[in-house]
Amino acid sequence: MIPEPLREKLKSQINQAENPREQAVNVMYEIQRHYGYLTDEGLQEAAAMVGATPLELEELATFYDFIYREPVGRFVLHVCDGVVCWMFHEGSLFDYMCRKLGVCAGEVSADGMFTVLPTACIGYCDQAPAMVVNGRFFGHLTPALIDEILEQLKTETCDLVLCR
Amino acid sequence: MYEQALFKNRQEGRPATLAEYRAGGGYQALTDTVNKLSPQDLIQALKESGLSGRGGAGFPTWRKWSFVHENAPHPRYVGANTDEMEPGTFKDRVLVNTDPHLVIEGIILAGYAIKAQKAFYFIRPTYEMDAQIIERELQVAREAGFLGQNILGSDFSFDIAVHRSAGRYICGEATAMVQAIMGRRPHPQKNVHMTDAGLWDRPTIVNNAETLACVPLVIRNGGAWFKGLARTETGAGTKLYCISGKVVRPGCYELPMGIPFREILEEVAGGMLPGSELKAFIPGGASTSFMPPKFMDVAMDIDSLKQVGHRFGTGAIIVFDQNTCILGATLNLITYFARESCGFCTPCRQGLPYILDLIQRLENGEGEEDFIPRLRELAGHMDKAYCAFAPGAAAPVKGMLQYFEAEVREHIIQKKCPFK
Repeated sequence: MIPEPLREKLKSQINQAENPREQAVNVMYEIQRHYGYLTDEGLQEAAAMVGATPLELEELATFYDFIYREPVGRFVLHVCDGVVCWMFHEGSLFDYMCRKLGVCAGEVSADGMFTVLPTACIGYCDQAPAMVVNGRFFGHLTPALIDEILEQLKTETCDLVLCR
Repeated sequence: MYEQALFKNRQEGRPATLAEYRAGGGYQALTDTVNKLSPQDLIQALKESGLSGRGGAGFPTWRKWSFVHENAPHPRYVGANTDEMEPGTFKDRVLVNTDPHLVIEGIILAGYAIKAQKAFYFIRPTYEMDAQIIERELQVAREAGFLGQNILGSDFSFDIAVHRSAGRYICGEATAMVQAIMGRRPHPQKNVHMTDAGLWDRPTIVNNAETLACVPLVIRNGGAWFKGLARTETGAGTKLYCISGKVVRPGCYELPMGIPFREILEEVAGGMLPGSELKAFIPGGASTSFMPPKFMDVAMDIDSLKQVGHRFGTGAIIVFDQNTCILGATLNLITYFARESCGFCTPCRQGLPYILDLIQRLENGEGEEDFIPRLRELAGHMDKAYCAFAPGAAAPVKGMLQYFEAEVREHIIQKKCPFK
């Protein structure tokens, strides 16, 4: 069962919409914000709240790349794999992060801090290569800068802009 | 200097406030419209302006809006599109960060033109900071009487809600976007006329944020003025061109529609990076073709590019230098598209991974001569897909085969990538 305060918050959010289904993504975001990812139980309850079957909501959850059906690290490093970023590093920064953190794409680092994911062009082509981490942009990436960013993030609280 | 219409209020570090926007004539178009113009007047002004969609398809805006019948049912909806996931494209992010009220006024005018009640501002998750700017400024507009019940004392009531997406390229396609807003899996829809039955089966228009931002300028200054901003007869207005890749000053610039690529590269973007020479450019985002330097002087507008067999797309130019393997770049692009395919129809779901496999093997040095005709054939078959996604994905493959076949063949001869 999702906690009562969260349920109340979701209900009031849904009530403000013309149609409950419009809120499907927002509700999934909220549950994800609470648990760190969209849990099975959370998905079932969310489905009932927006008037969808669990299967219909699962169809959405697995379609979108910013909804996580498995636990992720406190910080998700969304590394842009658009062609402009590619021409500056040909995927090597993605590999560098995975090696450094000892993970494959989608896995959580041993300290629970980080997950690395390739992400569709994030719209920072003028500052390529770039990534977005919990809603914050980092551009002109180099291995040295990545080291610095990871160290910095370890000392920060995990303030979410919208999602990890 | 180039005339700045959309970026008139551009400044470092923060978006223009409502007061700054109004000082430059902002919301005058809306005031005039609700007081003395009819929806037909708006559509007529847009027709004179020659404004066409800035999101990639280039459809005349006035025509799209005029498809909503006088007697069509209510409520009617406007979708404002800031999904912007076309690689190389970041103009709407810059636009929202420059002058959010210009976009907001454009959406309200679109609502007036089709007698809509509500708009959805559809925005991707990586642009969450921009979504929050829009939400904040929507409230400012509401408090100033530009949005909500009885706008500026008229009988026109209209409001805008921000709809957050959760990623995926295909959501930028108008029919898929409408599915996404309805909380359905966002597959594009065919044979639906959104202006008859779109969101919740009601008349709906979907426009790109930049297109909508042009509307207040057209209404305020007249269609002829807007048309005259272009460099070419075939173009209309200014355009937010993005330029990225191996150039000195990558960025988003407002330039006259129809400006040639050479001028954008050499005058605006500061030329190629030291040590880089131009090898190819993509004119309008990843779903347009590679173009070799011989096209540098072609006017960058929809019709001029069409005349030389190319698409204008979003006006997002990606610049490649002599050290870039075009096969490698195409591999990146097709990997992207194969992943972003919604998976609904077979040519796209099965065809793109097949193309990806052939290109991957070529890049690995495992390619054979007959891969080239097979790639050509498969890229041609992408036209049989359900929506425009797969033909767009095939565009760089076709461009590679048309202009860089020798480089592809070199991978077969050397049994490795000649750039590695």
